[in-house]
Amino acid sequence: MATIQPIAGELEPHPDVALVEKARGGDVSAYDTLVRKYERQIFRIAQHITQNREDAEDVMQDAFLKAYEKLEQFQGNSKFYTWLVRIAVNESLMRLRKRRTGKMISIDEDVETEEGSVPRDLADWAPDPEQNYSRTELAAILRKTIQGLPPGFRIVFVLRDVEGLSTEETAQTLGLSVPAVKSRLLRARLQLRERLSRYFRRRKAAKK
Amino acid sequence: MTCTEFLALLDDLIDGTVTADTRAELDLHLRGCEHCEVTLNTTRKTIEIYRSHEIYDLPAGLRDRLHAAIMKRCKKGC
Repeated sequence: MATIQPIAGELEPHPDVALVEKARGGDVSAYDTLVRKYERQIFRIAQHITQNREDAEDVMQDAFLKAYEKLEQFQGNSKFYTWLVRIAVNESLMRLRKRRTGKMISIDEDVETEEGSVPRDLADWAPDPEQNYSRTELAAILRKTIQGLPPGFRIVFVLRDVEGLSTEETAQTLGLSVPAVKSRLLRARLQLRERLSRYFRRRKAAKK
Repeated sequence: MTCTEFLALLDDLIDGTVTADTRAELDLHLRGCEHCEVTLNTTRKTIEIYRSHEIYDLPAGLRDRLHAAIMKRCKKGC
């Protein structure tokens, strides 16, 4: 028989737990603290999925309001942050469906591409390649590069590598299997790497 | 170890989830394969760059609008 390891009780409670409890009891400032803590992450996730600034703004608002209204339903057996991310992902997908009526969103569709299976571009990068660009230029390069990924790869990379969810949490949030998340993550990482090589490769002759 | 086998374990290596034995095999392969060394280093750098740079700034005023919306709900509900 499989044994279940106790999770609660032995670990330090996450600081969010106390804030959620206070917010449930009517302390709005406690909820405000949670909003400030996660607003950037939630906005980024919404922007990465919807690829539209207005939609991302609406999603962020709706996600935090929905979470506020549903606080009673939050079980506490998952982290507040991952619960919130799940709400934001669902809101983003709904927004996409509304915008592109009739078009299916391929977040759960696997994309077969040659790219990313075996790295082709072997050029090494400059030691600190991002220093060759201004902050604005770099942000534009990073946006353009990640926007070119298939949506199902992009969101796995964002949740797992940028926003810090575990592989299991990413799988649960997106309704994917763990192997599917792993496979997409590898391909997403390799595709981004290859595309960024165009900008970051070591230059043959450095001008001084 | 072949490059394909190395690549299959690339994520586990980056995420630090390989056993000591596997890690030793990967290191051995890396010492003789520049191709995989470049792939590993630049993939790590890719993740680090995306993690450390804000590419979508929070729009001005959004935080205040959200705060106002929450306060409105609160007046009704708590």
